[in-house]
Amino acid sequence: MKFSIERAALLKAVSQAQSVVERRNTIPILANVLIEADGSNVSFRATDLDIEVVDKVDAHVEQAGATTVSAVTLHEITRKLPDGALVQISDDAASGRLIVQAGRSNFSLATLPKEDFPVMSSSEYSANFSAKAPALRRLFDKSKFAISTEETRYYLNGVYFHIAEGEEGRMLRAVATDGHRLARVDTELPAGAEAMPGVIVPRKTVGEIRKLLEDDDAVIAVSVSETKIRFATPEITLTSKVIDGTFPDYQRVIPSGNTRKLEVDASEFARAVDRVATVSSERSRAVKLSLDEDRLVLSVNAPDAGAAEEELAVAYADEKLEIGFNAKYLLEIASQVDRENAVFMFNSSGDPTLMREGNDTSAIYVVMPMRV
Amino acid sequence: MPALCRDCLTEFEAGPRCPECGCPNVIVHPELFDLSIAHMDCDAFYASVEKRDNPDLADKPLIIGGGQRGVVSTACYIARIRGVRSAMPMFQALKLCPDAVVLRGRMSHYAAVSRDIRALMSELTPAIEPLSLDEAFLDLTGTRKLHGHPPAVMLAQLVKRMKTELGLTGSIGLSHNKFLAKIASDLDKPQGFSVIGKAETETFLAQKPISMLWGFGAAGQANLHAAGIHKIGDLRRWPKDELIARFGASGARLHDLSFGRDSRKVSAVRDIKSLSNETTFDRDLSDADLLDGHIWRLSEKLSARAKAQGLAGRVVVLKLKTHDFKTLTRQTALPDGTQMADRIYMQGAGLLHANLKFAPFRLIGLGLGDLIPEDQGDRAGNLLDPQEAKRLKAERASDEIRKKFGEQAILKGRALR
Repeated sequence: MKFSIERAALLKAVSQAQSVVERRNTIPILANVLIEADGSNVSFRATDLDIEVVDKVDAHVEQAGATTVSAVTLHEITRKLPDGALVQISDDAASGRLIVQAGRSNFSLATLPKEDFPVMSSSEYSANFSAKAPALRRLFDKSKFAISTEETRYYLNGVYFHIAEGEEGRMLRAVATDGHRLARVDTELPAGAEAMPGVIVPRKTVGEIRKLLEDDDAVIAVSVSETKIRFATPEITLTSKVIDGTFPDYQRVIPSGNTRKLEVDASEFARAVDRVATVSSERSRAVKLSLDEDRLVLSVNAPDAGAAEEELAVAYADEKLEIGFNAKYLLEIASQVDRENAVFMFNSSGDPTLMREGNDTSAIYVVMPMRV
Repeated sequence: MPALCRDCLTEFEAGPRCPECGCPNVIVHPELFDLSIAHMDCDAFYASVEKRDNPDLADKPLIIGGGQRGVVSTACYIARIRGVRSAMPMFQALKLCPDAVVLRGRMSHYAAVSRDIRALMSELTPAIEPLSLDEAFLDLTGTRKLHGHPPAVMLAQLVKRMKTELGLTGSIGLSHNKFLAKIASDLDKPQGFSVIGKAETETFLAQKPISMLWGFGAAGQANLHAAGIHKIGDLRRWPKDELIARFGASGARLHDLSFGRDSRKVSAVRDIKSLSNETTFDRDLSDADLLDGHIWRLSEKLSARAKAQGLAGRVVVLKLKTHDFKTLTRQTALPDGTQMADRIYMQGAGLLHANLKFAPFRLIGLGLGDLIPEDQGDRAGNLLDPQEAKRLKAERASDEIRKKFGEQAILKGRALR
């Protein structure tokens, strides 16, 4: 095997590979990236047995071949090479090493046989469709903060990616919840997605997918089966197992009868929450919201640390209400709002509260209050 | 050489008998009146309390411990002569001593008796560090002027009063730090009074087995044996940094302890870091329902302790010991802490069900970690479990009923499984 490749292209491919590779590995080959050179391109493949990523890059291939080498080491080397360098990679059959050359730098790296590299079994996908990167990006970006880390309810450790009946017909939907807050984000149903089974996309996969979605013009090919999900751009193919479990019936926890409406500038609100929460030393800082006509007072009272209060001008026309929330949860949902005002819909101080952006119901958030 | 009569508390200058009362119960030691860190350890505490409360048991071998499969928590001295030791499995203890009377411990009663002892100790010094119900460190440094007598005299008086006023005996270890005081109290049990002075510390320790090192369990000792270290003196041949390189952070401590150096203070307040309870079964269990019942009872116990201490935990830990003595621990975090049995149970049961494949189990334990004050816990509702709020309300109400009418006044059906 022998090929030369631009440092920038190599870095992009190898960094995607090394982020899939698990840091602490008991199976040595899983720390490696499989490099296959053929024709006019080279593919870089990495897996943790749950996620597999293959990155195909244009390169000048002089001699076809394949081998595996430590993903982290190759990444570190590439990262430290000067910008614009041309990297030459070849395998030395005699020593079984991979030779990496760039300018006057020479590296020879230990390899493991390509035959040992586990390749994820292929799957029959029941739905194949294309989606625009910005739409998918929005689904995952706005829901991932609510993914649970609790191991006992493992089926909450991901985003529930499925088709649902929304207010404007059938939608592609992402839902995540940890029992304290919930995010529900909809986007138009892409053609061809109708038969898609609902799947729970694991947290790590959500993070990895995100790297495919940076380019606004990109169109992503999505394939879904009961057990796997695949996202592909012309260069990168990411295949992941999905969480084998049943996502809870989230619809019944979304309040529909909340009538007390608060409208507030989201970033102003977030900054005020952040400021008053500073005085609390507790690990789950509670902020009290006291609502009166067109007035919101945010306050924190930490008996041994101090107290803080801040008043905001808001639109509120209902009865007086006092309600407490975890400051972190408030900040997280407020930061999902990017265009209009944040609209909160309250019921009582003990009931779940709903938040959305203006009148847009394509992304809604539910948060449980806490006793203050 | 300074000497003290343990019977009449006379201080005198050496001799085999007390010049006042003529009894031979004397302690002689060159540093006797200069040392002030002590460890008091009651003799066979649980058994002694039971014998005191029921004189019929006085001349019978008595074992306190739980069930067929439980372990001995305390054996009286009659049972000890037959070879019964604490932490020994019950079946083995009964093989050695088939005529033993076995009682399940009455922990709340022992706790009350322990408070009586604590009251006597607190007349000597405020610096008391209880290690358990029946043992404590006492720091009497600087109390000589206050009491008019050196610490040794006050300590001899303490065990004397425990015997006459409470009917219980204890052993005293007196030295210049906690490590040595604890070793000393064990040298001459029961009703012992042992002194380890500064001058003799290094020679005293040299030939002692490393099992004397407090805080190093079986695994730690095996590591030391593997390194050819069998006696405490062997440790001194190792440079400090090599001990650290080989044994990590405890290496530094090993080095200090081998020279009898221990700078830890006797501290009255010990921060509670975690709470836990465990049960050993009479026979190995794999039945999910029965195990579930145990999880519930452990949750209630844990919850009761957390409520009594005013604490809530953000981590629930499940401990399982399999039939072949492998220990598994699994934990799960709650973003807002809890002290409620219901919530502890939900987590514990979830962890158990995820690990049922390792059954049968011989022991199951449940713990609460990452503790926070109770007013910071249980403040948020659960979106996915709308009934939780109701159950928690019911639990608070049951707690009130139990406070009024006793522990058994109200139980969940689950607790009977």
